[in-house]
Amino acid sequence: MKDVTARIDFRGNSQAVSPAMVVATQKNARTALMKRSEVVVEFGEERWQQLRRAGREVRLHALTHLDRYLSMVEENVIAAGGQVHWARNAEEAHRIVFDIALQNSVRNIVKVKSMLTEEIELNHALEGRGIRVYETDLGEFIVQLAGQRPSHITAPALHMTKEEVAALFREKLKVDAQPDPKLLTEIARQRLRKEFLTSEMGISGGNFLVAETGTLILVTNEGNGRMCTSLPPIHVAIVGIEKVIPDWESAAVMLKLLARSVSGSKITAYNTFITGVRKDGPREFHLVLLDNGRTQILRDKMARETLMCIRCGACMNICPVYNQVGGHAYGAVYPGPIGSILTPLLIGTRIAGGLPFASTLCGACSDICPVMIPITEILLHLRRRFVEGDDFEGSSISGTLKAIAKVGRYVLGSPSLYRLGARMGKIFQAPLRSGDWISAMPSPLDRWTMARPFPAFRGDFRGWWKKHKDAKDISGGKAS
Amino acid sequence: MKVQLFVTCLGENLLPDILQKMVSILERIGISCEFPEGQTCCGQPFFNSGFQKEGREIALLWMKRFAETDGYIVAPSGSCVEFVKHRYPKMFPEGTVEHEIAVQLAERVFEFSQFLTNIVQITDLGAFFPHRVACHSPCHLTRGLGVRDEQQRLLRAVKGLELVSLNDAETCCGFGGIFSVVYPEVSMAMMEAKVMNIMASNAECVVVSEPGCLINIRGGLQKMNSNIRAMHLIEILAQEGAA
Repeated sequence: MKDVTARIDFRGNSQAVSPAMVVATQKNARTALMKRSEVVVEFGEERWQQLRRAGREVRLHALTHLDRYLSMVEENVIAAGGQVHWARNAEEAHRIVFDIALQNSVRNIVKVKSMLTEEIELNHALEGRGIRVYETDLGEFIVQLAGQRPSHITAPALHMTKEEVAALFREKLKVDAQPDPKLLTEIARQRLRKEFLTSEMGISGGNFLVAETGTLILVTNEGNGRMCTSLPPIHVAIVGIEKVIPDWESAAVMLKLLARSVSGSKITAYNTFITGVRKDGPREFHLVLLDNGRTQILRDKMARETLMCIRCGACMNICPVYNQVGGHAYGAVYPGPIGSILTPLLIGTRIAGGLPFASTLCGACSDICPVMIPITEILLHLRRRFVEGDDFEGSSISGTLKAIAKVGRYVLGSPSLYRLGARMGKIFQAPLRSGDWISAMPSPLDRWTMARPFPAFRGDFRGWWKKHKDAKDISGGKAS
Repeated sequence: MKVQLFVTCLGENLLPDILQKMVSILERIGISCEFPEGQTCCGQPFFNSGFQKEGREIALLWMKRFAETDGYIVAPSGSCVEFVKHRYPKMFPEGTVEHEIAVQLAERVFEFSQFLTNIVQITDLGAFFPHRVACHSPCHLTRGLGVRDEQQRLLRAVKGLELVSLNDAETCCGFGGIFSVVYPEVSMAMMEAKVMNIMASNAECVVVSEPGCLINIRGGLQKMNSNIRAMHLIEILAQEGAA
């Protein structure tokens, strides 16, 4: 495990980002957003807004009745021949999966793309116990080979060029790989075919759990999801407890929202519905319901709507900050705006408190979110937690910063001190000023001037106003 | 009709000429202006930085100052207006006196272009500005207050003005208040992307009707030695002359 007590250094990370990463991130985002906006126009803006509201209702309702719907899921999965396991945290989930593997002498596992298994670092844990894990989503396959983390939740390897992927394949797979996406995909396909046929276990996450029938819904694009969940004799699905929805009517709403928001498709290539054990499928179906901090988030009424997220990635595509830094700068599994709220909620603001500040509060994320998560509101809530502390965590900032804020508040709280400050600004800027601009300011304001000059304090509105008002009073108070 | 000038701390200290022009325009169309002198800042810089207690204290002072006045409250900033309009009522629990005052003030406060087009219902101010103009859409004005069409309508009524399109006009310029100093490198990259789009628009002038964004974009253009001028909408509407 990594050192989990180290603060995530978004600033340092963002400076280490390669220009190629930025180009690739923007290209991916632009394409996805363009396609999304086309299908939304086709769907009708007003209808789309209705659908968003319906999706929000579904998710909010499910979250407020989570206990009831989770019990339904459990009951229905068991009735359909499946087994249900409850995991409080990553370690428990690891142990459950490992025990199932042990009982069935599993040596090799094929995996469907799943952010949750990234969150609990499942591959790492299983490989530490001598089990080989093969990511079978092309992007995840590449990222796994490279020993990296996904940089986007739906396009995990978007940051790598075809040349880089070819070089990676040559190095790791010892094959003659050319930078041609089609040929590279063929190599991955060949490679994975054997694993699909010989692995004793398939692991997936889950996009939704339909309570009324206990059905796991998997939304995938490459067909690997179906292979992983039908070829191996055992299928283990690890799903966050927040993914439950009441019924199929809700599922219809959610699938429409998800496909359009992810990639601008009306429907995703493969929508797989799995209810317990089927005659023609794996002989065992295990559902691991994972908490890993989610009930704690549910307790936080200002932040609980974060759990409505359906992992579409639209908030990252639209985010102007994400588009300048890419996913890895967020130093955690979930990047972009949703990551900036979810990561500190999962691992604490003491470690991830810098992330809620990695936003200009421009509001584009909240506007595009298919389930209308008030991301900016939650960013502000977590900024406050980091600065002031609240019922969940104490303050994580230095006494110096607090003292500076107190002085600032004192000055702005007194009109006369405020005006004095403005006058002093004009005096103190003299040596720094050249014309209308100050090109270099002392620390910490050099953080502004390193990027662009600061306009000089100038003019005197209050003085002007006084003269203006006096003149008007003399002329009879009427505007000319 | 009477207007209380909400000059904003950035406006007063960095862009006083824009405030003077705002007064001139309002008076020209027969609106009388008053200036509540005790005003300082709305508290947004504190609140949005996580110092909510300090933000609330500053907000209370602002509320006290403006609650003593009557008429509309108008600012040359969508961000400060949005803060008063949307945040103030949420800052204080329902049922408290403070909440009640905040709700009343929220109904009175408007951003300049919103006030002209929706309240005064005037779009043609007789301005003359024979230049190619692009228009940036500041985040809090556009997404926060829902002011999208208003700026364009006012600009279209300016004689001689040619409105040119701006790519990614609604994408943030990278200012973001405290963000610009917490993550200066990212802020700079965002500002540069905005400036590149402005330069590619072939405009002679870009309208940026938000003090924070204006000093950011103006600074960016200055740094890149561009001849393109970043102007507040007010500065264009104040341009009289041959028509």
